[in-house]
Amino acid sequence: MSETRTLHGIGIGRQLAVGPVLRMPDPLPAPSDTVSELTAAEETERVNVSLAAVAADLMARGERAGGTARDVLEAQAMMAQDPTLKASIADLLAKGKTAEMAVWTAFGGFRDMLIGLGGYMAERATDLDDVSGRVLAHLQGVPAPGVPDSETPFVLVARDLAPADTALLNLDKVMALVTSDGGPTAHTAILARDKAIVAVVGVAGAQELADGTTVIVDASTGIVTANPDRASVARAEDARDARRSAAAAPITDGALADGTAVPLLANLGSAGGIQAALAAGAEGVGLFRTEFLFLDATSAPTVVEQREKYRELLAAFPGRKVVVRLLDAGADKPLAFLNSAREENPALGVRGLRALRANEDILREQLTALAEADGDTESDLWVMAPMVATVEETRYFTALAHELGLRTVGVMVEVPSAAIGAANILQHAAFASIGTNDLTQYTMAADRMLGSVSNLQDPWHPSVLHLVKMVGDAGADLGKPVGICGEAAADPLLAVVLVGLGATTLSMSPAALADVRAELRGHTREEARALALVALAADDAADARTAVRAAINNRTPHTTQKEEHSS
Amino acid sequence: MAEKTVTILSQQGLHARPASLFAQTAAASGAEVTIAKPGGAPVNAASILGVISLGLGHGDEVTVSVTGANEDVVLADLVTLLETDHDA
Repeated sequence: MSETRTLHGIGIGRQLAVGPVLRMPDPLPAPSDTVSELTAAEETERVNVSLAAVAADLMARGERAGGTARDVLEAQAMMAQDPTLKASIADLLAKGKTAEMAVWTAFGGFRDMLIGLGGYMAERATDLDDVSGRVLAHLQGVPAPGVPDSETPFVLVARDLAPADTALLNLDKVMALVTSDGGPTAHTAILARDKAIVAVVGVAGAQELADGTTVIVDASTGIVTANPDRASVARAEDARDARRSAAAAPITDGALADGTAVPLLANLGSAGGIQAALAAGAEGVGLFRTEFLFLDATSAPTVVEQREKYRELLAAFPGRKVVVRLLDAGADKPLAFLNSAREENPALGVRGLRALRANEDILREQLTALAEADGDTESDLWVMAPMVATVEETRYFTALAHELGLRTVGVMVEVPSAAIGAANILQHAAFASIGTNDLTQYTMAADRMLGSVSNLQDPWHPSVLHLVKMVGDAGADLGKPVGICGEAAADPLLAVVLVGLGATTLSMSPAALADVRAELRGHTREEARALALVALAADDAADARTAVRAAINNRTPHTTQKEEHSS
Repeated sequence: MAEKTVTILSQQGLHARPASLFAQTAAASGAEVTIAKPGGAPVNAASILGVISLGLGHGDEVTVSVTGANEDVVLADLVTLLETDHDA
């Protein structure tokens, strides 16, 4: 048996998995354009064998998948046997190209043609690329690129996952995700949180894990243990089962170990998520994004159209708090009717409340629709403006919302100036809700969309936490609630730290609620405050994480035995 | 040779599933089948890539030509496919 190795990364959630590694092959490099050493007839034979094998494999996968996946896979099988494509490959082979080069060039030509057609056709280019990659892999006798296919469950190890890969993930088979790249706010991490997949991202050395290696993936510690001994596997399996039952424990309202209430709310992007949120025990909605009403529209939806959508949302949460964020658009999320010229720095431009203010009729209509829906339903509607930077903006927004009949009006804190000025801003707002993704982006000057600075895009960074504390302190002084509605609240350990910094509610994707609920139960308010101080004193995000974990491990055992809570 | 010009009635045009069905049917017929836009070069109808490369949308006109055994029957089948709204 190989030597036990321990790899470190950033865990998503607090669950654990044990299983065999299956690596996601790296994309194949473009073949080199050398003159073939085989005859054209021999190369043709190679191509035909590979095309037929790939087509047969795709058809077989279609049979197994059924449904709409079958239609896609069968269409891909037809592409592999396409006579026009074969003719194009034959032309290239006749010119002395290798089978690899001919396949790559011919598929590439059709791919470019599809992209040129735009729209639906351009989306099919991905399907064609997938077929091309499979044929090239078959020609070279290497595994096909993309998410591997396995009959038995496995731990997927990848550099990172593209959105197209994650759409194809079979959650019955993927026990856990381990990536070498990507940070806690990258696409893969967000997906893992959303689907409640055990994941550890940013694991140095993950690429050296071989297929079939047994690994323990512990998201709560961010540790991946390769080739564990039998006793460790048994302990891990016990811990896994205990945590699963803790996550499946009867739903209670969010609270700390000493009974301090910390309401746990859901982030929703449309009315479609309401049932999942209720099933996961959401005590209300902490962030309802309204962009979905506007994104596909060429003109702003009418007051009546909006009111119906809001009414549907509010009716699902009678007696509960529902926080609705006004349209958050700008040059980074362009809308046909609300734009705003192209900007060099969209994140620093006319977005959020700035864009709404420039289109006050849209803002007024949205507030009017919300006030009307509120009047018809029993829920407790709160509204907030995105991207507020100043006291003046706060006063503008709260005055307008009150004028249009809304009672509880607050602001999002995403810009460092709003956090630093929270004591003044909260004089005029009923509450603050901290958007940690943007707050981290602006504090660290690290573009959320740019993978090369993802190491800075970490809400555990003490500078970000200091800003959260400023808002928490201001809220406590003025008796105003301070919520968290970014990805940070979905990280169970960070959620405890945020409560220690003064957050009074936490809002997250519904899939994260169970883990956060279980973690909060393991800490008293005093302990959460002590952990917050530990995190604030750290040098950087990784240091903060490690220090907080160490502080918990060094504590007297009464609250560290979270595993036992369920039994 | 049997030939007919028809209007595509599928809401999503001749993409995706309708295109697969059309190309599959053309290939299975054993006849030589082409499809062309008015004034455009005919493409092999058994080629799904050829068919979707025409970028045919709802309401577009196309000419289908069939040469081979049972060409009238094959043509009738293909025309039916094009004139069916697969989303209805």
